[in-house]
Amino acid sequence: MDDLLSEFLTETAENLAVLDVELVRLEQTPDDPALLGNIFRLVHTIKGTCGFLGLPRLEAVAHAGENVLGRIRDGALTVTPDTVTLVLTCLDTIKEILDELAASGAEPAGDDSDLLAMLAACASGEPMPAAQPEPDFGEVAPDDPEIDFTPVPAKGAVFESPKPTARPVPAPAAAPPPPHRPAATRELAPPHPPLADDHHEAHEPLGAAPSVRVNVDLLDSLMTMVSELVLTRNQVMQILRHERDSVFAEPLQRLNHITSELQERVMKTRMQPIGNAWTKLPRLIRDLGHELGKVIALEMTGEDTELDRQVLELIRDPLTHMVRNAADHGIEPPHERRAAGKSEVGRVRLRASQEGGHIIIQISDDGRGLSLAAIRAKALALGLAGEADLAAMSEQQVLQFVFQPGFSTSREVSTVSGRGVGMDVVRTNIEKIGGTVEMATTNGRGSTFTLKIPLTLAIANALIVDCAGERFAIPQINVVELVRTGGPVGHPVDRINDIPVLRLRDRLLPLVSLRRLLHLDGSDDDAASQLVVITQVGTYIYGLLVDQVFDTEEIVVKPVAPILRDIDVYSGNTILGDGSVVLILDPNGIAATTGDLSVVETVRSPADADGIAIDDGDSAALLLFRAGTRTPKAVPLVLVARLEEIAESTIEVTNGRYVVQYHDRLMPLISLDPSFVPGSEAGEDRRRPVVVFADGAHAMGLIVDDIVDIVEEPVHVEPTGSGPGILGSAIICGRTTEVIDAGYFLTQANPDWFHADGEAQAALPRERVLLVDDSAFFRSMLTPILAVSGFTVTAVDDPAKALRLCQQGEQFDVIISDIEMPGMDGFEFAAALRNRDCPWRHLPVIALSSHATPTDLDRGRRAGFTDYVAKSDRHALQAALAEFRGAA
Amino acid sequence: MNYTASAPAVRRHPARGGEPPDHAAEFVTMTVADQAFGILVGQVHDVLSPQRLTRIPLAPPEVAGSLNLRGRIVTAIDMRRRLGLEPSPAAAHQMSIVVDHAGEPYSLLVDAVGDVIRLPLAGLEPNPATLSRRWRDVSAGIYRLDQALLVVLDVANLLNISTRVAA
Repeated sequence: MDDLLSEFLTETAENLAVLDVELVRLEQTPDDPALLGNIFRLVHTIKGTCGFLGLPRLEAVAHAGENVLGRIRDGALTVTPDTVTLVLTCLDTIKEILDELAASGAEPAGDDSDLLAMLAACASGEPMPAAQPEPDFGEVAPDDPEIDFTPVPAKGAVFESPKPTARPVPAPAAAPPPPHRPAATRELAPPHPPLADDHHEAHEPLGAAPSVRVNVDLLDSLMTMVSELVLTRNQVMQILRHERDSVFAEPLQRLNHITSELQERVMKTRMQPIGNAWTKLPRLIRDLGHELGKVIALEMTGEDTELDRQVLELIRDPLTHMVRNAADHGIEPPHERRAAGKSEVGRVRLRASQEGGHIIIQISDDGRGLSLAAIRAKALALGLAGEADLAAMSEQQVLQFVFQPGFSTSREVSTVSGRGVGMDVVRTNIEKIGGTVEMATTNGRGSTFTLKIPLTLAIANALIVDCAGERFAIPQINVVELVRTGGPVGHPVDRINDIPVLRLRDRLLPLVSLRRLLHLDGSDDDAASQLVVITQVGTYIYGLLVDQVFDTEEIVVKPVAPILRDIDVYSGNTILGDGSVVLILDPNGIAATTGDLSVVETVRSPADADGIAIDDGDSAALLLFRAGTRTPKAVPLVLVARLEEIAESTIEVTNGRYVVQYHDRLMPLISLDPSFVPGSEAGEDRRRPVVVFADGAHAMGLIVDDIVDIVEEPVHVEPTGSGPGILGSAIICGRTTEVIDAGYFLTQANPDWFHADGEAQAALPRERVLLVDDSAFFRSMLTPILAVSGFTVTAVDDPAKALRLCQQGEQFDVIISDIEMPGMDGFEFAAALRNRDCPWRHLPVIALSSHATPTDLDRGRRAGFTDYVAKSDRHALQAALAEFRGAA
Repeated sequence: MNYTASAPAVRRHPARGGEPPDHAAEFVTMTVADQAFGILVGQVHDVLSPQRLTRIPLAPPEVAGSLNLRGRIVTAIDMRRRLGLEPSPAAAHQMSIVVDHAGEPYSLLVDAVGDVIRLPLAGLEPNPATLSRRWRDVSAGIYRLDQALLVVLDVANLLNISTRVAA
């Protein structure tokens, strides 16, 4: 195909896409002359070009359409849905002809006389005879230099100009913006060209934006090469890291900066506004509305949000499908909406925004919402779950069925939806590119789908882990947190029918052993203490057991060789900074390989469907139990090592204290009920629940009457005079609950508890720690923990108070600070401490936060924190303190 | 191409000596478990000394791992396994012959790489009918050399490895 023709095809396709959008807008605002002028001009351009290229069939169709538009512009015709439909049909015909032209290189034969007759009839709706458009031409030309060309140029006469229209095309691969778009029309999806907007505005008087069309393949290969350059740069930097005085250091710094900038710029060339993927939607919604007899308004915001064109291509179809679903299944017919007291006009909202390295896209409608009852019934009918299972499922769990293959609650399959593409395909496609889909619905009020999509696929952050001596990369987007398991200090691993599960706070997470999954050799997982990468895929969270965790690295994702593509657990491979090849694990594939994803949510509590890391600063997981009195009691779950049941007959008495043999040791037992005597009920060997607190070699058990629950709630402890061992009371689950001072019982059971390691520690002077936390609860919880570790604790509730202590000349060895605090937050506090004039500027500062993802960690380090520890992770805090001790 | 042999040795085939040079082809020779193999020079992109390989768990057994060749990730194929032979006792010292297949680079792990030799096309003899199925699939024909038989490898078939996913 010659260049001229292929250029014409590209350009016309873009113009047609713009026309689709603008015509729908015209229908809504029929008296906007600028809009109409633009539409007319675009159709005219198409017609003119066809004439120039010798495409008579196209020219005839475009001409007939232009006539109708010309009549509208002259005021001889009014804009009605019928006229718009007719013009859209005309454009569709042009598209069909173009498609064949693109395929065969020649204009296909065909008969358009019906359409032409209809258009002519429409144009001559007034007695005035159909006018040739050329006379109208002069009216457009003055404010539109772009089409200021000889209307019917002689063939071959314009050899020099590759573009017969001589129209300056402002952007690569996008529609030209109408030059005189009034500001008011911008609210509805103006199809922005990716790069041209600024240029366009800046250079408008000249009428030509300095840009060139570049083949997308070229951009892609540029991107690949830049990615390689980044890797090579990383490699060189790694080699030179050890040689600070090298003569290469300075030029390498420059190379480093230039490479980063180059990478950024090249990525930018591939960025396109998401609005480009939305251009077809107004037309889609309009046609749907007509077809289904609904009145639907499509609202789009954030269409300027840019993302990589490759990503854009991949989400185009899922988005279209979801919008179509919203209009077809979501929005009710007008009479139903009236009956429900809603406006007759159904709204479908499309919203895009950028958050860090991700794009958030929301598709919401104010329709009928999803009926949980209908989903349950359908799930039952399809045999996806039993009646009892369904009854026990949370709302979120039930909603997950929508993503099952072959699942549609719409009673009849309409021509619009139900074309064999289901939400399962949408989810698969989104997850394939490392995105997530979430859904929320209110019966009768509508549904919202939220997509989280990475900005670009080419470069991703990954966590590098080691298992059996092999390194692997895990996409950072899937990593929720890292925890340690097994051994004396880790989270306990339990087994259900020999399947390992991890108890993490109030959750039970399935564990996947990378070693077993990949058939790697080496010692058994269960023996040693191991690291768990808590991984999230959609709403499914599981732990991946690995041996070691290294840094996060920026990696360039490369597809694996074809002979490896059937292995589901890899999503690609990459070359690390040190030049070695590592495989990228696919959390999605691993989840699918190791578990039945249809029961994805069984281990999550419905109360916090938003994910693990989103804890309120002041909330804590609490173990609720009853002991002695009727008032429920609570103890922070982090202090609890495990829950046991002990037969009263095994309780012994030594030195006037109760003990029990526990893991080959004697464990002291304490009862909150002073009248407790083991085995007092004659002849019956009762089993008693025991809450075990443990730390290193020491353990003690608190005998209770029964365990009530584990809850996660914000806690405000009010001091009360309830006696020793009670911190105070708090309202938990609507009931007054006594919060236990675990530290008190630890010392009761084991007087030397706070000097845990005997002489070694006694010989050391006790370090002083300053604890800054606005929550009274956490202050009282952490104080015993720190005391156990051999610190003298000063606790304040406000960074300002801490800084006053500093001014007063107080001395500490280490500072532990909360992050989220009213007034001055932890980051500001750290910055204040690191100030040159602060006498505490050299002190180690450990950040405590409910958010402890690697990203937070990084931010904390930058703010000046020495270490960053999850609030609920006592062991991490102790490890951090031990490290500080070792360094001191 | 890295591999440069000094003036390729044109070995005369005893049976058909007088072929004109343009009906001859150059082959990179190699040995795997004492058997000589040849691959057309044009198909060979690189010859590499022993490389550090990244293992690929769950990959088909023929896949020995992957390696980084100037920023390209190359999949290494263990020729012994591909041919159904015992694994090499000195696997770490195997040479790599890098070839392309369907746009993807592969490295063939062999015991040793020999000369580039020039052989007349007409000298290529069909596979003996008794050759095992596995070998027949990857052999494009046999040359009778003075000292040994040279199996000419069909690279496309060689790399057409069925993907079996280990459970």
